[in-house]
Formats: sequence, C-alpha cells, structure tokens
Amino acid sequence: MAEATATHESPIPYMVKPHPVTGIPNGKFGIWLFLASEVMLFGALFSSYVLIRTGAPHWPPEGGLSSEILNVPLGTFNTAVLITSSITMVLAWASCKMGNLPRFKMWMAATILLALAFLVVKYFEYSEKFHHGHFPSYDNFFGIYFVLTGLHGLHIIGGIIVNTYLLTWGSRMWKTDAEHFTNRVENAGLYWHFVDLVWIFLFPSLYLL
Amino acid sequence: MSDAASHSHDDIKSHMGKYYAVFVALLCLTAITVGVSYLRLNRPLAITIALIIASVKAGLVASVFMHLIDEKKVIYAVLLLTALFFALVLLLPQFTVYEHAHIITGS
Repeated sequence: MAEATATHESPIPYMVKPHPVTGIPNGKFGIWLFLASEVMLFGALFSSYVLIRTGAPHWPPEGGLSSEILNVPLGTFNTAVLITSSITMVLAWASCKMGNLPRFKMWMAATILLALAFLVVKYFEYSEKFHHGHFPSYDNFFGIYFVLTGLHGLHIIGGIIVNTYLLTWGSRMWKTDAEHFTNRVENAGLYWHFVDLVWIFLFPSLYLL
Repeated sequence: MSDAASHSHDDIKSHMGKYYAVFVALLCLTAITVGVSYLRLNRPLAITIALIIASVKAGLVASVFMHLIDEKKVIYAVLLLTALFFALVLLLPQFTVYEHAHIITGS
C-alpha cells in the first residue's frame, strides 16, 4: 500500500501521479480501456447495420430516402448541440487546470444543459415517429434507428449523471485534492467526447445516406 | 498534452485557440455534410463523401479534444488493438456472405 499513501490516501493507487509502467494515471488508463470496449459495442451494432442494409433490396425498406423519413434539420441541430457540448466540456476541464472552480461550474452546467437539450430534441423526434406508428418493430430501418440512437441516448444519460455528480457533490474534492478532481473531469471529458464521436458517425449514416 | 500534471496555466491558455478552431471546423463540416446530402449524388459517392467528412470530424475530436495527438504509447497500443478488432467486426458480415455463396454453389 506504499503507492496508496503516496497518492493522497486514495484506495486506488496512482490516481494523480502517472503509473510507472503505463506513464499515465490509472483512472485515465481505465477510461481508455472502457472506451475501447465501447468501440466494440457500437462497432458490432454498426456492423449489423451494414449487413442488414446491404442485404436489403431497397433502403429504407418502405421506399424513399432516409432523409425523407427522419427529420434532417432536427438531426443537424442536435449534432451542433453535441459539438457545442464537447467544447464546453473542454472549457470546464481547462478551467480546472487554470484553478478556476466557479468557471468550471459554469461550463460544466452548460455541458449538462446542452446534453438535456439533445435529449429533449430526441424526445420530440421519437414522439413523432411513434405517432405515425413507426416503432422499432415497424421495419429493419426503424429497428436499427431506434437501437443505435437509443443506445447512444442511454450514453448521453450516463454522461449527464456523471457530469452532474462532478458539478455538485463531486466538486467537494476540489478543496482536498484539486489535481485528482481535475483528472476526474478529464476522464469524464474523454467519455463525453467519445459520445460526441459516435454521434458524428450515426448522424450521416442514419439520417443522410 | 497527455500528462495532465505537466500542463501549466499558460500551456492551457495557448491551447484555447486550437480548441475554438476545432469547434468551428466541426460545425462547418456538419454544414458541408448536410449540404452535400441535398445534392442527391449517387449512393456510393454520397456514402464515400459522408464517411470521409465524418472521419475527419472524428479525427479532430479524438486528436484535439481527447488529446490523442500527443498521448502515451500505452493508449496508442490499446487503440491499435481496438482498431484491429473493430475492422474484424466490420468484416464479419462479409465472411458470412462468402459462407452463403459456398452453400449455394455447393462447392
């Protein structure tokens, strides 16, 4: 437990100082391994999408174009919302690095609000589809659309929960161990940018092509 | 950029311009990909262009926002392994197609 005492008595060693083997703190290594598993999760579903799509005589199966079935302006708006939330997340982390907790709170609150805005838009999109009887069981197009965007939406909710914790109770750590707290914000940021990155591929694949 | 502890106050300030530039670039690329979709190009071309733009956007997010442009080797190693398995997962459907062809031709 010599390492534990060296890193502010954290139960997990090397949360602030880089691990001698990896060269990075354990938390950061952990989040990258998690993101690697996330690539495989979305990759498997994306692969299924390619298989179903290439095997279909026409895509979308009911005819027409994806852009005529899904709401492209709303999807574009949501893409801009997520991109903006990525920059506010970077600014929240940068504020921590510059030792400015009030500014961190401002940018983190903005990130959370943008994430909620994304979900509100998605709610209206889903409602409109349900209203027209377009449930996941309607056809393969809607099956894939709801699974991929639904799983992505769950990731948005997960990000909101973690970011809200860091904004509220979690920020108490700032007083005791600001560097450890900053690392937590960085790791939450890595996850958040990944969620943005997934949407960058989902939006054109589902809405535009 | 990778070593959080090595960032000084001035370091971060000097990077802010880069973060804003990437933000603007991402918004512009989104506008371009939506604009191109209204041109109603043939599907293979439209898919190629959209995936190239998406890859550029993903590259910007990963390299600048996620600091991958200057990361430790261990993360590159993890991502290389992930990329290999990701490629395998994307190719799996193709393998099943060959399997079906084999059954259909009876060879």
